[in-house]
This record gives sequence, structure tokens and C-alpha cells, in this order.
Amino acid sequence: MTNSWTDIKNTDLVVIMGGNAAEAHPCGFKWVTEAKAHRGAKLVVVDPRFTRSASVADYYAPIRQGSDIAFLLGVIKYCIDKDKVQWEYTKNFTNAAYIVKEGYGYQDGLFTGYNEAIRDYNRDSWEYEIGADGFAVMDETLAHPRCVWNLLKQHVAIYTPEMVERICGTPKEKFLKVAEMIATTSARDKTMTSMYALGWTQHSKGSQNIRAMAMLQLILGNIGQRGGGMNALRGHSNIQGLTDIGLMSNLLPGYLTLATDKEATLDSYMSSRGFKPLRPGQTSYWQNYKKFFVSFQKSMYGAAAKVENDWAYDWLPKLDVPGYDVLRAFDMMFQGKMNGYFCQGFNPLMSFPRKNKIRAALGKLKFLVVMDPLQTETARFWQDHGEFNPAKPADVQTEVFELPSTCFAEDEGSLTNSSRWLQWHWAGAQAPGEARSDVWMMAQLHLRLRKMYAAEGGAFPDPILNLTWPYANPADPQPDELAKELNGRALVTLRDPADQTKVIQEAGKLLPGFAALRDDGTTSSGCWIYSGCFTEAGNAMARRDNTDPAETGAYPGWAFSWPANRRILYNRASADMAGKAWDPTRKLIEWNGTNWAGFDVPDIAPASKPGEVMPFIMNQEGVSRLWVRRGMKDGPFPVHYEPFESPITNPIAPKIRGNPAARVFANDMEVFGDSKEFPYAATTYRLTEHFHYWSKHVQVNAVLQPEFFVELSQELAKEKGIANGGWVRVDSKRGFVRAKAVVTKRIKPMMCDGKVVHIIGIPIHWGFMGATKKGFGANTLTPFVGDANIETPEFKAFLVDIRAENPPVS
Amino acid sequence: MASYQSADVVRRSATTFTPPQVRHDQEVAKLIDVSKCIGCKACQSACLEWNNLQEEVGINTGSYQNPHDLTENSWTLMRFTEWDNPETQNLEWLIRKDGCMHCADPGCLKACPAPGAIVQYANGIVDFVSENCIGCGYCIKGCPFNVPRISKVDQKAYKCTLCSDRVAVGQAPACAKACPTQAISFGSKEAMLDLAGERIVDLKSRGFDKAGVYDPAGVGGTHVMYVLHHADKPEIYAGLPANPRISPMVELWKGATKYVGMGLIAAGVVGAFFHRVIAGANSVSAADEANAAALVDKTGGQA
Repeated sequence: MTNSWTDIKNTDLVVIMGGNAAEAHPCGFKWVTEAKAHRGAKLVVVDPRFTRSASVADYYAPIRQGSDIAFLLGVIKYCIDKDKVQWEYTKNFTNAAYIVKEGYGYQDGLFTGYNEAIRDYNRDSWEYEIGADGFAVMDETLAHPRCVWNLLKQHVAIYTPEMVERICGTPKEKFLKVAEMIATTSARDKTMTSMYALGWTQHSKGSQNIRAMAMLQLILGNIGQRGGGMNALRGHSNIQGLTDIGLMSNLLPGYLTLATDKEATLDSYMSSRGFKPLRPGQTSYWQNYKKFFVSFQKSMYGAAAKVENDWAYDWLPKLDVPGYDVLRAFDMMFQGKMNGYFCQGFNPLMSFPRKNKIRAALGKLKFLVVMDPLQTETARFWQDHGEFNPAKPADVQTEVFELPSTCFAEDEGSLTNSSRWLQWHWAGAQAPGEARSDVWMMAQLHLRLRKMYAAEGGAFPDPILNLTWPYANPADPQPDELAKELNGRALVTLRDPADQTKVIQEAGKLLPGFAALRDDGTTSSGCWIYSGCFTEAGNAMARRDNTDPAETGAYPGWAFSWPANRRILYNRASADMAGKAWDPTRKLIEWNGTNWAGFDVPDIAPASKPGEVMPFIMNQEGVSRLWVRRGMKDGPFPVHYEPFESPITNPIAPKIRGNPAARVFANDMEVFGDSKEFPYAATTYRLTEHFHYWSKHVQVNAVLQPEFFVELSQELAKEKGIANGGWVRVDSKRGFVRAKAVVTKRIKPMMCDGKVVHIIGIPIHWGFMGATKKGFGANTLTPFVGDANIETPEFKAFLVDIRAENPPVS
Repeated sequence: MASYQSADVVRRSATTFTPPQVRHDQEVAKLIDVSKCIGCKACQSACLEWNNLQEEVGINTGSYQNPHDLTENSWTLMRFTEWDNPETQNLEWLIRKDGCMHCADPGCLKACPAPGAIVQYANGIVDFVSENCIGCGYCIKGCPFNVPRISKVDQKAYKCTLCSDRVAVGQAPACAKACPTQAISFGSKEAMLDLAGERIVDLKSRGFDKAGVYDPAGVGGTHVMYVLHHADKPEIYAGLPANPRISPMVELWKGATKYVGMGLIAAGVVGAFFHRVIAGANSVSAADEANAAALVDKTGGQA
């Protein structure tokens, strides 16, 4: 989230699209009811189904899954055509005025630089025009034909209300009503919040779905404001923490990136991470990259990371491919190229696409270690559960180790929620039986491996033997020790470079925040964005002061919000060019003549003069990006691409299947279905009664939603002779499930590109373990392809067939 | 449920005297704002957990509604209705939390023949006292909302207690505490009516002209009330009765019939008295004696 859950109460308009907050985030949804009840805010829901969120909405519009970009670019066009743009914001705080260099083009759904053979772009033609002074060239009059604003106008021209209706199936008058409601928030004193979740991310163009809304929010001037923002509702209580701490195959903590094998030295690694400002006087905060990186290396390798060995750069792994995301990992396993797998807090057999491929892949491992509080399906992939899991134990050679772990309520530590709040929690109960914490298990593994490396040597013992392990009890590191390590320490006494008599921090003490980090090996920090979470003043994450000065919703004394306890990102953009709040009733920070000050920690250097230093300090431009030079793999602007399995041909680019820049493995391409064989558009989702695949182990949750079902319209049920509550069989090219049918008015057929499109809704929560009735798992059906940028699988849009059928045989 | 508030009982089933009151509680009420409810079932879950109830894992029958009806273990239930609004042509998904309404004039209590099996407290809560329950099921007949259920295990009647145990120690009912959107509020009846008034103003501003509070007069008002967007049509919310009242049979049974019956019994006693006075005592005739002697002879005294 750019903002926070509590900030949603400040909004005038809530748009839930690409998510179903009432269903999947019922506790956070209270802030929507708060905004509605006490501020008179309106709620708009755009979704293929009439959801629980829609049941309390002021306005609902249907949309075909996988067509959000067409809808959002249509709204951007509407706002431009109706002059519903926050102009001062757009001209000054976005790159609308930047000129793109000659040679860029877009035609038939493809940008310049596309190479079909590798399904990738050469992105050189997406650069800005750079002037003789080395800075990007701008035309503040927005007259230049290649300025971003004019390119954007051209790019969205095709997304007329008629085209939106044709692609999305949203009736024109409903689209226009939503566009009109959104456009009202271009006023300086109106804001809109975008609440989205997996309904946008789980597509082969998931990142661009989110970009499209971010662009809209920028031209409306809604980023950096109270009640505004792009608010990603994370799917687990600590999934924000997972990405922050870099648990992706291509990341290091704090959104630093892992080196590739082409970057053999630290110098070559840093050469593409220098982040020189693209406009004079801009912050470009990533210029500090090396401070964060070196401090990270010091937290990993301690004294062994020295300037002489490039801070132990060689001990970090280097990527030979863009990333070993889970799709690639399981494809390698499937092909017999991966022999062992440690599965921690993860149930891939149920939660990954193409279940039959996952089961086959697990069966090719030599060993599988599952660390989990529950007996997961993954741990039992080898067990025969009839049609629910048709395995032959005798044929499976994989050795499976189940290590019972504590669950979050039996453990002390912090969780990072969607609001970017690190909230400390304490154990509420003793773990049962032999369960041990994940940290304890990892420590045991590390100590045993280190002993073996020390005794036997090995191909590359250095990263293991030199890993710093400074815990009071090496066999059982404690949560506060780990938190302090993330926060970082002064390794020598740090003095103010401007005034050597001033001591910033004594040697060995915890750092006050990431501003103190240095690139000379005198500081350590395991995750620079978390610095400040545990200082000499104490554990900031454990703070529980719920006072809220001026009722801004910031709650600055509650837990710790990264970065630097800032509650709303880009908050400098809440004020105009002179530094005055756009809306005095929504003041966050203002320029007082010498400094920025107010209710939140300024997201800019406090003495930066308004009009000189722009608010988007992480960008080299200092402004936000309607146009992305290189950051996105699949284009500088979003484009409507159909899902890989779609009921219609893409009306704007008929020759293109799916996202042309998304990676697809050959064996998965073979099992994409077409609309002749599989005529219905399916989507998967969660239900409020369950949490992923955990709560089905709980008797009470099992009572509330006991049995696997699929949802379909009354019209399709009639056509196919399916009875409400009867059994159906649903087939995709990758497998089949049997389920109960819920025939509902909440799903209605849509008219897309002159064709009737029927939607099948498939909730995910059932498997063959736990207290509920056994179920097949929705991901038996889903396609094995991910987003072009981050490989999140396309769970939300694929094709199936459905018919009335017999109950399953178990 | 056992009574935690015996000192506050104002009415007791099958009992004519009014217990002496030691304390005079404020009347409490739960307000369920249907327009804020997202149907998440946190209330159902909290009810099962707080009351330590073991419900069966059922099956899906083509609805989000699980269990399918109130049971002796599920004292509250979200009922889901898909309703096409004929005025706007829009679909509305009406989700109503069902359960005991805690009527001011409780039909269950009136129908109950077991002394003290159903009580009403001064704060308005209507509670079942299991140790006095005889499992006759009359409370079900007496309830205008079809709420109580008889357990197949102990043959006693069960329903929502409005968490009388929690309320007795100043806590809100478990469902209200668990509700994430504050669709369930709890407080004095007066405060809840004020809150309902505020909500109705908001709903009217959003185009729900018929928004209103459901506090039906036919049962003397209730201590569980709803805010409805369409208060003119309560039946669309899964059959919420438009004008609930205690079944005439119960009224008759416990009203006129009761006195007529008692009158008849009294008349019998009076008749017997005058029969004795007028006709005198029954006497044994000589023929009776002879018949009796013959029977004794036939069986040889072995009868």
C-alpha cells in the first residue's frame, strides 16, 4: 500500500476492482464502512461476479476477467476527453512533459523492439530524449508530439466506451457511470482509493493492470494524499514482509536486486545501479544503493566482508536466468533437473497451477522437506486419495520429511501487514508436540551444514563458513536478535561528516534509521528499509500507542511503518507547488518556509524547497511515471492483451495470444485450451469463510463452508441442465474436477465482441487433507503461465467446459 | 443455559408470580445493520467458539448458507437472498443474520409449560434454562420467528442467549465483538434506536427511501433489531415476518383456554361436591358382593 488500512477512512470514493475486499479482507474492510458511514464516501465495485463487496456497494459494474486494462485506459481517455485532470499535479509531479526519443512506435499491440523468438523486447527505443546537459528533455507546454502526454493520448484513443463494452462486456452506460464517479476525484479536494489484490496480480499482465490504475490515480492527483493511493491488499498476514525481506529468487532484502552472472565484479554490478538523477536537483534516492548493499553484506558476513574482497561480493549467488521463480523451479523439477526441495510455509500442490504437473514434479525429487504447522497436501502428494489425489505410492521414490513447525500464534516476532506496518506479536500459546520454530530449524540446518563444510570442504565453502552467526545461542536465534540485525548497527563510532565533533552513533549501538547507513563498511543492516524498527530507544514494532493527532488516520505511535515510520508514501505530493495542502482538510505535510512538517514523516529531505525538489524521490526523474523507460518488460504503457486462454480474439490485436512478453514453457504451451473445446471463461478466488488451505483444518471453518463448489449463472445452468446443489464436472485442458454447483444470479452472461461469454467461478479452498469434505483443488484446472514481470500465475482467467455429472469416487 | 442473572428475572415460564427484583437493569439491544453486513460469518464462528458448540461439517446444497438452517448448535446463521429490485432492475444480495430476536413479549416463554425453563431478564434477554426444560417443543410453536431447536442428544431446546453470560459481566455478545464491519452493535435499547436513526439517514441519502428499523410491535418490540434498506418489505430478507405475533393457538392456549380449562376443572370439583351432597356416597349392592364372591371362587383365590 502507498497508504494504510486506517487511511481508507479519509476517502471520498473507494474503487474495488481486481479484488474483493469484503470477502478476502473483511477486517480491513471496516475502514471502507467507516468512510461510508462517517464521511459519506461512495463504494464502486467492478468485478466479473456480484461479490460480497458488491453487496454493500453504491454502484456495481460487471467486467469480464482479464480485461481490466481496457477498462482503465478507457477511464483515462474519459478523464482526458472531459478535462477531468488534476493539471497542476499532472504537469509537475508526473513525466507528462518528458519527451521520448525518436524511434519509438506502437502498432497492433506491439511496441518497437519486439523479438518474437525470445518473447522479449529490446527496450532501447523506450528511452527519453536526453539533452546535451545529460538530463531528460521536457516540454512543459505539452505541445511536443513525442511528449509523454501526447503519446498517452494517442495510446488510449482506441479505448472508447464502445470498445470498452466490446472487450470487457461492461454495458456502456455502466462504464460511463463508473468513469464519471472516478473523474469527480480530479478535484483538489476529492480523493479516491484503489483497493486491489490478486484479481489484478494473477494475470499474465498483472503488473500492467496495476500500472493502469496507478496512471489514472496520478492524472487525478490522488497519489500521496490522505484517502488516495494504490492500495494492494496482501493475501497473507506477512506477504508484505516476504517481499520486503527479499524472499524472491532475484531479490535481496529491501528491494535490492541479485547480481546476474554477467556482473562478475562489484563495479559491474554497481554500474547499472547508480541511479543518476535525470533532472537537475532531484533526489534519486537509489543513489544510496551502495550504502544499503554494503551494509547488507556486513550483516551477512561481518568482518569477513572487507573492501579488499569487494565486501564479499563473490559469495553471493549470481543469476544465470532472470529468476528462479516458483514456476521455473517446478518446471525444472518436472524435467528432473531439480532433486531436492525445502518447502516452508507453502503448499504448492494446492496453490500452484496445473496440479497434475506439480504432483508429477514432486514425484521426481529425491527428497522433499515440508516445514509446516499442518499436514499439507504437498507433504502427502504420494498418498492415494482416489480421484482427489490419484497417486501410486509404490511408484514414488521421493523421500519426504515432515517437520512440524509452530504457527504464528505460537511464536514471537513481527508480521508486516499491507499498510507496511511491522507489528510485533508475542506467543499466545505453547506449540503442541514436537513443533519447533522455523528459525530453530534453519539454525539446526545451518550449524550442521557448516560443520560438514568445515570438516569435508566442498565445492564452495566460503559463503557458508563465513556467514556471521552472532546469536547468544547459535542453535536457537531469538526474534529480537534477528530484528536488531535487520535494523543494523554502527560498527565503529559514526561521526557527522559535516561536523566531526558530533557523534551520530557509538560503536556497537543500534542505528536510528537508514539515513545513517554508509558504504565504507562502518555500518550493517540486514534490510535497509526496516532500519529504525529496533533502535536504542527500543522495539518500535512493539509500540501500541493508538493516539491519532488531528485524526488523520496516521497513528504514528502504533507499531513501525517502513520506511522511517512514514505512513503515506509520496506525501510531499499532498501539497501544491508552493508547498500548501491541495485540500486544507486533508493536510499531511506543508512547507513552513524552511522545512516540511505536519502529521506524517515527510517523504522528502525536510529542507528541500518546493518547486525545486519533486516528490517522487525514488525515481531518477523526481516525478512519477505515466511512461516507463525500462522498468516494465512488456511495454512503456499498458496494453489490453487477452488471457492466454480467452473466449474471444483480442479485438485490438487479433494476432497476439496472451501477453507477448510473458514467458511460457513449451510443455505448458501444449496444454493451453481454446474456446472451441473449452467454451467458458473461468476464474478462481477465495471465500471469506476460509484462509487459503489452512482453515479447512479447523472444524468451525469447515462447518461454515464445508464442500467444494463452483458457481455459474442461471442461464448457463438451464442451457446445460445443471441443478442447483447438483454435481458437475469441470474440465480444462489440464485436468478435471467434480464439484457441487451453486447456480446464482450473481454471475450473469456477458456480451463480448458480439459473443455470449459465460463465466464459471471456482473457489480454491478444498483439498484432500483437513476437516472439510474432500475436494479436488481449483488449481487442477489453472494454466502454468505467469505475469511477464514477476511470474505471478494466471489463476484469474482461463477456459473450461462444464457438464452435469456424478459425485466423485474416493 | 444456566441462569447467571436469577436476581434479574422478571418473567418465568409456567409461573404466575413475578419474581422479586433486586436489580433494575437497563434494557439492552443488539442492532444488526443489514446494510453494513458483508456476510462473512465471523458472528457464526464466534457464536460456536464462545458457546463451545460442536456443529457438524455438512455439505453444500447450492448456497453460501451453511449450516442450511438454525440448529441446536448453530444459534445464529447468515441467510443469503438474491433479490432483483424491480424498481432499479439491480440485483441485491441481501444477507441477514438470523437468530433469537429476544422479544419483549416472548411467545416461547408464553407457550412453555415447564416452570422456569424460559426466563426473561430485566434487561430484556430471553434465556432458556436447560435444567428446567422438558423438551416438549412448545417454545418452537410459540416463537413467531421459528428460532428454537430441540437437541437430538439431550432433547432440550436451544437458541441464542444474547450471550447473557457475557452481558452479565458488562461484555457485548460474542457476535458483536467479532463483527469486522460493526454491522452488529450492542448497547441500551435507546442508544441502539438512536444509532439506527443515524444509519437510516445515511441510507436514505444513498437512495434507499424505505430504509428503516425493524422492531416489530406485534411482539412488543425486540431486543435484537435490524436496520433494513427496504424496511417496507422485511419478507425479502429470507422471510423475516412483516408483522410477527405470537401464534393465536398459543395466545388461546395460554389465554382464554387456560382460564376456561381451569374453570372446567373447578366446575368438575364443584359438580362432584354437589353430587356427593345430593346423591350421597356410592354404596355396594348385594348383587355386587355375590359377583365378587363368584370371581374369587373361579380363580381359586390365585388371581
